[in-house]
Amino acid sequence: MLEIDIRHRVGALNLAVSLRAEGPVTALFGRSGAGKTTLLNLIAGLAAPDSGRIALDATVLFDRRKGIDVPSRRRRIGYVFQDARLFPHLTVKQNLLFGRWLARLPLSDRAVEQVLVLLDLAPLLARRPAHLSGGEKQRVALGRALLASPRLLLMDEPLASLDAERKAEILAHLEAVRDEIGIPILYVSHSREEVRRLAHEVALIERGQLAAFGPAATLLPRLPEGEA
Amino acid sequence: MFAALTPEEWAALELSLKVATVATLASLPAGLAVACLLARGRFPGRSVLDALVHLPLILPPVVTGYLLLLAFGRKGPVGAWLEAHFGLVFSFRWTGAALAAAVMGFPLMVRAIRLSIEAVDRRLEQAAGTLGAGRILTFLLVTLPLALPGILAGSVLAFAKAMGEFGATITFVANIPGETQTLPTAIYTFTQVPGGDAAAMRLVLISVAVSVLALVLSEWLARGLRRRMD
Repeated sequence: MLEIDIRHRVGALNLAVSLRAEGPVTALFGRSGAGKTTLLNLIAGLAAPDSGRIALDATVLFDRRKGIDVPSRRRRIGYVFQDARLFPHLTVKQNLLFGRWLARLPLSDRAVEQVLVLLDLAPLLARRPAHLSGGEKQRVALGRALLASPRLLLMDEPLASLDAERKAEILAHLEAVRDEIGIPILYVSHSREEVRRLAHEVALIERGQLAAFGPAATLLPRLPEGEA
Repeated sequence: MFAALTPEEWAALELSLKVATVATLASLPAGLAVACLLARGRFPGRSVLDALVHLPLILPPVVTGYLLLLAFGRKGPVGAWLEAHFGLVFSFRWTGAALAAAVMGFPLMVRAIRLSIEAVDRRLEQAAGTLGAGRILTFLLVTLPLALPGILAGSVLAFAKAMGEFGATITFVANIPGETQTLPTAIYTFTQVPGGDAAAMRLVLISVAVSVLALVLSEWLARGLRRRMD
């Protein structure tokens, strides 16, 4: 369970969000510029909120009043960025095992095998990121985050830069990950279709504020129509 | 052509290669550290460090050589200390020529490395952080490999500068054949004596050949590095 209660000001954005995400998949829904990515960065520890508290299960990750700020590298929160951010100088295999190696986890075991099969990564292992399509890049980025064995997975519109066909393909992979690997996911999107397929609960963010929060089934009809 | 070289000319070529290689390799760790500080550091005195690094580029080389002599000569504060504690002598030795070459090439090296570090996408470093890499590991595993072409370019520039260094070298360690006489100072000597034209020309051609070779080699290495990334 992810508990967030933060206030954060950056540029014109005035972010104030308080929620308890039970998951397993929670969608952060809202227009671009609403503060969704900023919120993910705060949870991942890439930036520190002006005030408030963030806790994952029993671990406090951030607490302004108590002076707690666990560095990003120790939060064990996987992050799939919108732009994949694969390391261009490493092969797909080296990218995939980057976090796993740092966490001193076994580099070839059933967990690795499972992710390779689930995301259909085996044919890509020897390639470099420059030789991957957009969809392949996102699959590798997802595999890389999963293999570090995170306690929570953040996904920032991982389908936004893909065409419709690739979207459908990755969406199927995402469903498989959700169903077969039991890691809670916080999924940023402005697409109702993605939310309908993936999410159990939805947080609607509007101009930095939590406009609505509840089960996907009840909230879905109320969501504003997104761009895709 | 090489067969026609006199022992004195050979000595100058060998010494130049030794001086330039040692100067480049020895200043690389410091060059990397300073480039990182300037590219990523936020600390008081940053602009002072920046100016200090660029000083040898702006000062007349003779002035730099003289300052080196004052500081690193056997009676200079740094030179006396180094001789007393490490037995290291710079003045009128090839080591001094290497020091002068390193100092003169330092701004070029730092500039190239700094630019390449600044060009590394910080978002990749963030990604490494979320995968569990701390600052040092992120630097070693992501920043450094991505900056490698610039580090290579900076090293080649420093090497080329060291091969051609004249003013600071001749002021600091003079022009002693077999000890501190490098290609440029040897060429200078030959132009000053009657009948030295042929020898000077031979050394000029060698200088050109070495410089072009270094450039071609670095271009070839850089292309290999780039190929790995795209």
